Amino acid sequence: MNRRTKARIMDASAIDRVITRIAHEILEKNKQTKDLCVVGIRRGGACLAERLAKKIREIDGGELPLGILDITLYRDDLTAIAEQPIVRKTEIGFDIRDKKVILVDDVLFTGRTIRCALDQLIDFGRPKNIQLAILIDRGHRELPIRADYVGKNVPTSVAETIEVRLKELDEVDEVIIMEGEK
Amino acid sequence: MTVWKRKDLLGLEALDAEEIKLILDTAESFKEISTREIKKVPTLRGRTIVNFFFEPSTRTRASFELAAKRLSADTISISANTSSVLKGETLKDTARNIEAMKIDMIVMRHSCPGAPDMLAKTISSSVVNAGDGAHEHPTQGLLDLFTIREKKGKIKGLKVAIVGDILHSRVARSDIWGLKKMGAEVILCGPPTLMPPEIEKMGVRVSYDLREVIKEVDVVNLLRVQLEREKRNLFPSLREYAVLFGLNKDVLKKGAKKDLVIMHPGPINRGIELSPDLADGPCSVILDQVTNGIAVRMAVLFLLLGGHKS
Repeated sequence: MNRRTKARIMDASAIDRVITRIAHEILEKNKQTKDLCVVGIRRGGACLAERLAKKIREIDGGELPLGILDITLYRDDLTAIAEQPIVRKTEIGFDIRDKKVILVDDVLFTGRTIRCALDQLIDFGRPKNIQLAILIDRGHRELPIRADYVGKNVPTSVAETIEVRLKELDEVDEVIIMEGEK
Repeated sequence: MTVWKRKDLLGLEALDAEEIKLILDTAESFKEISTREIKKVPTLRGRTIVNFFFEPSTRTRASFELAAKRLSADTISISANTSSVLKGETLKDTARNIEAMKIDMIVMRHSCPGAPDMLAKTISSSVVNAGDGAHEHPTQGLLDLFTIREKKGKIKGLKVAIVGDILHSRVARSDIWGLKKMGAEVILCGPPTLMPPEIEKMGVRVSYDLREVIKEVDVVNLLRVQLEREKRNLFPSLREYAVLFGLNKDVLKKGAKKDLVIMHPGPINRGIELSPDLADGPCSVILDQVTNGIAVRMAVLFLLLGGHKS
């Protein structure tokens, strides 16, 4: 697996501006934070969800419940992947019934991860609606899934990989395109 | 990162510390599922798990069944005493016949030590040992480790006493293997007639004085007095056993640690190995053990069946 970095498409300030813009877009579309909650998909999505929730609170104030989803147990490819997947904790400490859920992930690719997240969320209760906020949309959907809020659209080939690195996990904030599949 | 490579879980003796840690860490993530309103994840959908119990069981059997169901697996339970084993069918034949129904795993409790081992060699499905004679009860050992880690934050460096009929106990043996591998110190305490000779060779200390042992330990695990042993004259009377080796408030007053954790694999003989007030008191984690049993068994089923089929 020979991977080399092709380009850096976002740096720390670009990521920050995008999160600010998405926070404003969410407030514009939903008009208020009353029934909102934010749920991030481990691991990148969870970090972004926390930052997004913080921004929304800064702009609008008020309570905004934050949850974390680990979708490993809902994957459709568990028997196909060679490496054993690590199962991490899911933490939804509030009732999602009748709530508007802002689901957050770092990269939207085939859409299968989001499908898992939707199934898992609905097992927790019936939300009013689920809106998807994504940092990078790289195309190549294999399921009919689309994002409501997009940070950046990056057309890629299947032979490339997009890596979102976040300070909380990787010590630096940046998005890079690499050549070679993950 | 440790990857699970074994087809079966037959005992803790063969596992190394990393494998045990993997199971305990995985179980952490599964504990939350039992707190949801819909206690189910689709992970083992389509897999078939057969519970084969040749000995009575409340906890272990219900626990394995629920663990399988919460992972969306299909599960059936067969009790030997209502099966064709009564007609003389051998274990090997029984297993092969069940396997012919295209199953993925057999969870077995049997009175013969080594029976799960033999089964694992005979069939290609996964085998989990739910207790084989006095040999091992690995999932009980694992849930005991999980509970200790949950309550104390760690296992390494702790002093753990196991009290009671060690001679006939598979729980004690699995506990000893697990605790030693994870770095705890183990002290066994019980009547000399119920202490296996040369058990010190497992790296444990032996004492016959509960009141001395209780002063230095962080955790005490009480084993059930198997009432049928009294008939075989292995101890003079249940009353004498309770007086010398039963845990009660008076024994704790001899200098037990304030944060002592009291465990028991169940079922309890109230008033014999453990007094009712302690069994139901704040130091007791007995019911937590049962709750954790589901999470640990879900982790075991997931690790054995959830991944790549090689």
